[in-house]
Amino acid sequence: MLTDDFDPMRGQMLSILDQDGNIVDESLVPSLDDDMLERAFRNMVLSRVADEKAVTLQRQGRLGAYPPNRGQEAASLGPAMAMERSDWLVRAFRELAGLLWKGLPLDRYFLGWMGNEEGNRFGAENRITPSSIPVASQYAYAVGLSYASRYRREDAVTFAFTGDGGTSEGDFHESLNAAGVFSLPMVFIVQNNQWAISVPRSRQTASTTIAQKAVAYGIKGLQVDGNDLLAMYAAAKEAADRARGGGGPTLIEAYTYRLGNHTTSDDARRYRLASESKEWEARDPLARLMKHLYAKGVLDDRKTEAIWKEARQTTEDAVSKAESFPPPSVEEVFRHTYEEMPPLLEEQMQHIRRDVGGGT
Amino acid sequence: MTVMNMVQAINSALASEMEADDSVIILGEDVGRAGGVFRVTDGLFERFGGDRVIDTPLAESLIAGMATGMAMAGLRPVAEMQFMGFSYLALSMIISHTARMRNRSRGSYTVPIVMRMPYGAGVKALEHHSESTESLYVQIPGLKVVVPSTPREAKGLLISSIRDPDPVVFLEPTRSYRLFKEEVEDGSFTIPIGESRMVREGDDVTVVGWGAMMPMVQEAADASEREGTSCEIIDLRTLSPMDSEAVVRSVKKTGRVVVVQEAPMTCGVAGELISRLTSKAFLSLEAPPERVTAPDITVPLPQGEKYYYISPDRIYNAIRRAASY
Repeated sequence: MLTDDFDPMRGQMLSILDQDGNIVDESLVPSLDDDMLERAFRNMVLSRVADEKAVTLQRQGRLGAYPPNRGQEAASLGPAMAMERSDWLVRAFRELAGLLWKGLPLDRYFLGWMGNEEGNRFGAENRITPSSIPVASQYAYAVGLSYASRYRREDAVTFAFTGDGGTSEGDFHESLNAAGVFSLPMVFIVQNNQWAISVPRSRQTASTTIAQKAVAYGIKGLQVDGNDLLAMYAAAKEAADRARGGGGPTLIEAYTYRLGNHTTSDDARRYRLASESKEWEARDPLARLMKHLYAKGVLDDRKTEAIWKEARQTTEDAVSKAESFPPPSVEEVFRHTYEEMPPLLEEQMQHIRRDVGGGT
Repeated sequence: MTVMNMVQAINSALASEMEADDSVIILGEDVGRAGGVFRVTDGLFERFGGDRVIDTPLAESLIAGMATGMAMAGLRPVAEMQFMGFSYLALSMIISHTARMRNRSRGSYTVPIVMRMPYGAGVKALEHHSESTESLYVQIPGLKVVVPSTPREAKGLLISSIRDPDPVVFLEPTRSYRLFKEEVEDGSFTIPIGESRMVREGDDVTVVGWGAMMPMVQEAADASEREGTSCEIIDLRTLSPMDSEAVVRSVKKTGRVVVVQEAPMTCGVAGELISRLTSKAFLSLEAPPERVTAPDITVPLPQGEKYYYISPDRIYNAIRRAASY
C-alpha cells in the first residue's frame, strides 16, 4: 500500500512523474489507458483556459472576485478521476479541473462567479456541492453526506477538499476525528498550496507535513506531489478503494502551489518572493503531463493544438451562455429561503416590488 | 391518550417518527446508551440501534454540520444540542450552511433537520445551562424557530418540525420538562408551525408569551382576572415565522398588550412583535405596549437568579399597568 510505503512521519512524499514528465518509478504507475490520459489532459487544458478566462472577465468587470486555480489542476483532477458517479465531491473553491471531470457544467461555474445563485443549481444529481467559502466548514457536512450514504448502503465515497489554511480550523479537526470514529468511506484532500492568502504554511502548523495529522485521528495519511497527476490519481484511487472496502477514511496532502493570486482582489507580490513562484512555474502540472504524454506518444503538436483550440471554443460558448442568463427576479431572490414563503416574506417582497421594482 | 410530562411527550414524538420513517435519525452527545442528559431519547438506542441513535464525538459544530450533510443526502436528522449554551459552537455552521444551503443551491439541496436544544433558566443550573438566546436564531433567514410550552404541544410541534422541509431550531424549556403532565395522544399528530395558540379569550389585555413563560403568564392572568381584568392569552409557539397577525387581531380587540420574554430585552422577540403591533394596530392601542423581559445582563448563577428570572408578579404588575393606563 502506498500509505505504508510513503510514511509522512518520515517525510516521504509520493511522486511518480518528475518535473520533466519522466517516470520516477515504473512500479508505481497507475493503470490508466491512453484514452483516459488524453481525456485528463483535455480536461486540464479546459480548466486552465476557463480559469484564465475568468480572471480576464473579472478585470473587464464581467465577473466578481475570483480565486484562480492555475497550478493546482492535478490536485483536484487526480481524485476526480478516481471517483464513481455515485461519489460525492465536496468542494471548497479551487477545484475547477476536478469539477469539470465530475460533470459540473462550465456555464454554471461562470454563472456562479458572475454573482448568480443559479450557478449552483446543478449538483444533486452530479453529487457536487456548492462552493464553500468559510474555510474547512464543508468538512463537517461532508461527514454527514458520507454517513448518509453508508446508512443507505450506497457504494459512495465522499471526497472533501480544503486547503492548508483549512487545517487550522476547528471543523477540520472535528470532521477528521469523527470520520475516524465512524470509520466512514471518505477521502479528505488538502490542497497544500503553501499560502493561505498571505500566511505561509509554516504559520498554520508546526507539523512537518499535513498528511501526518492523520496519525492522530487513527486514519491513513499520505503526502503526494500535488502537481503530479499520476501520483494524485494513484493516491486517490487507493484511498477510494480502501473506503469502498470498509477500510475507513484517508487524508491526502496534495503538495502544490497557487501560481496566481488568492483571488483577483489579492496581490501575492506583497508577501511572496518572485523567485519562489518562478521555481514552481517549472513544476506546472499541465506542462508536466504534456511532456509525459508526448514521450508516451499519446500527444503530438497537431493534437495538442486542436485540444487548446477546442478548450477556447468551449470556454467562449460557456461564457456566452452564462452571460445570456437573465438576472434573478425579486421573486427568485425571495423564494428559496424556505420551501413555502411565510406571510411576512410575501409582504416584504411586495414592499421591495413597490420601492425597487424587480418584475413579478 | 396517555398522561405525560414534556420529556415523555418528546420521546414519544421521536419514537413514532422513527417508527414511521427510516430516514429519521438522532445524533448528539450522550443521546445513545445514556438516553440524553435529560433522558429525552431514553430507550431509543435499544429500540432503533446505534446506526440511528448516534452518540457523536463531543463537537457541536460537527453535529450541526453532520446533520446538515445527512439532510442534503435525503435523511431527516434530529440533532440534539445538549444545552442551548453549547449551540454557539455550532452557530457558524448553522448560519453559514444549514440555513442557506437551500437558497445557495436554488433548491438543489435542502436541509430538513431539527436541532433540539434545551433552553432557559429557573432550574438552578451551572453557567451556560440557562440560556435563552432565541433571538440569535430568529435573526437567521432560512431557519424556523419553534418553542413548545406543554407536553402535548411539544409532541405535535416536534412531529411537524421533523416533517418540515426546512431546518427547525426546536427549543425545549428545561424548566417545563417535568413541571406538569397532561393528556397526550398516543399516536402521531401534528400541530402546524407558524400558527400561535389562543390559550384563553379575554377582553381587556392581550398577554403574549411562549415556552417556559406560559405557566407564569397563566398564573399572572389568573390573579388579574380575580381583580376583574380579563386577559386574552396567546402562546406564540413559533418565533420564526412569527404569527404576529393573530396578536394584531387580538390587540385590535383589547387595545392593550403585554409581551413576556425570558430573554434579555434588547433586540428580542418581544421588541419585534411590539414593533409589528405598532405599525399594524396603531390606532387600536389604548396603552403603551408593555414588555416583561430579563435585563440585559448575563444570566446570574442561581444565588442571584431572582433578580433576572421573570416571576408571575412582574407579569401581573405589567398587566395592571397596561389595564390602568
